[in-house]
Amino acid sequence: MSARVEITLTVNGERVTRSVEARRHLIDFLRLDLGLTGSHAGCEHGVCGACTVRVDGEIVRGCLVLAAALDGAEVTTIEGLTDSGEVADLQDAFVARNAAQCGFCSPGMVMAAADILRHHPGATRAEIREHLSGNYCRCTGYQSIVDAVEGTLKAREGTR
Amino acid sequence: MKWPAIGYVRADSLDDLWRIQAEHGAAAQVLAGGQTLLATLAFRLSDPKLLVDITRIAALRGVELQGGVLRIGALTRHAELARDGLVAAHAPLLAEAAPLIAHPAIRNRGTIGGSLAYADPAAELPACVVALGATIVTASAAGGRRIPAAAFFTGLLETALEPGEIIAAVEVPVATQATRSAIREVARRSGDYAMAGLAASLEMDGARVGAARLVFFGVGAGPVLAARAGAALQGRVLDGAAVAAAQASLAQDLDPPADMHGPPEMKRHLARVLVQRVLAGFQPETEAAA
Ligand SMILES: Cc1cc2nc3c(=O)[nH]c(=O)nc-3n(C[C@H](O)[C@H](O)[C@H](O)COP(=O)(O)OP(=O)(O)OC[C@H]3O[C@@H](n4cnc5c(N)ncnc54)[C@H](O)[C@@H]3O)c2cc1C
Ligand code: FES
Ligand code: FES
Repeated sequence: MSARVEITLTVNGERVTRSVEARRHLIDFLRLDLGLTGSHAGCEHGVCGACTVRVDGEIVRGCLVLAAALDGAEVTTIEGLTDSGEVADLQDAFVARNAAQCGFCSPGMVMAAADILRHHPGATRAEIREHLSGNYCRCTGYQSIVDAVEGTLKAREGTR
Repeated sequence: MKWPAIGYVRADSLDDLWRIQAEHGAAAQVLAGGQTLLATLAFRLSDPKLLVDITRIAALRGVELQGGVLRIGALTRHAELARDGLVAAHAPLLAEAAPLIAHPAIRNRGTIGGSLAYADPAAELPACVVALGATIVTASAAGGRRIPAAAFFTGLLETALEPGEIIAAVEVPVATQATRSAIREVARRSGDYAMAGLAASLEMDGARVGAARLVFFGVGAGPVLAARAGAALQGRVLDGAAVAAAQASLAQDLDPPADMHGPPEMKRHLARVLVQRVLAGFQPETEAAA
């Protein structure tokens, strides 16, 4: 049994090795140990979605994942997603539609929305809402966020 | 809230797990998807000293067809249940249930073993495995057991698991041409635990019901098998009169407690509505429209 665990994982394409406290969740690991402050910690018990990041290609709640359990994993945060250009159009749509106000939910919202672009390119408005239902936004009232995702899906459809 | 000070260790095999358990005893708690356990840690609702990560134990993984049963490893995630071809073909009720659980990011980590072991009374999967007449296959240092799902859930957040015993897999009898199954629930918001829900599995005998298992969730201490409502359907064609007979029998099957959603009478009402919705889905279109 150990209160500290050594892990080696890939974060946004870079290999990192760190000794982490067993109680450290992935978001604190990213923010405090790696200085990647794009991922947010809101409720820290799985309800708000502000902490949404990718682990091994699939979105997860970063606040409900132990950093210690991620030896060998591949993590992508909003920083990595942005640098890759994968969702540049979606981010432009967020700006154009004013889908980010205070911005606290935005990194998690974009991570979850990117999941729709990847796995459900034909998603209807109702399906977009359903997919984002685990991501809370206290500012926008969601309409503009759904507009931004829907607009991006349509634009991509048109260019295929 | 931050998690309390705690230890972490990974078990790479079942033997590894038994060794860790022998060393740490009751202080050690199994960690699967963590989507319930880690949330309850944040609330200080549970206080284990050591988390034993079982997610890399190969023996607990995988979905396989073995003769007349589909064996679903305990580590199968909700998202995998939703997209697995074998599950869709042989246990469609589970494929239909998975998207009702929480949200995509949670379904990517939460496991069927964790959901059954936690036994939340409003959870979908415990009700489904009871409706399907599944068997819970366990493992422990002392050996494994096979427990019928209906005997597995023993009370509020309680199961037949002994200390140190884990769920290894669930075995579901495969659906046949004559099987009809469905799950419906009523929740205030998408992804929430249900206020009330119904998982049903029927074996048809031609146009008539051979046997029906209607299992409610969110209306009792665990999954509630509505035996009288099931019996009321037996031998009947699934028409309006059959629905009414099943609904009438619910009065004796259910004894819902009041909870944060509302009083018992509200739950009884929702249960009747759910019976109608589930059975309507099995009726020929002309009946359903009538
Ligand atoms: C915001 C939110 C909403 C949710 N909504 C729903 C919902 O609508 N419906 C629903 O059903 N669930 C819901 N859940 C819970 C989710 O489904 C969990 O994934 C599930 O209940 C537990 O599975 P897990 O693998 O995450 O288990 P863990 O959290 O790792 O473990 C849960 C418990 O089971 C034990 N355990 C785990 N695996 C085993 C095993 N193989 N054998 C023996 N014991 C084991 C652990 O020791 C622990 O006590 C929600 C969770 C969150 C955070
Ligand atoms: S911080 Fe993880 S869901 Fe709220
Ligand atoms: S923009 Fe403020 S919470 Fe969403």
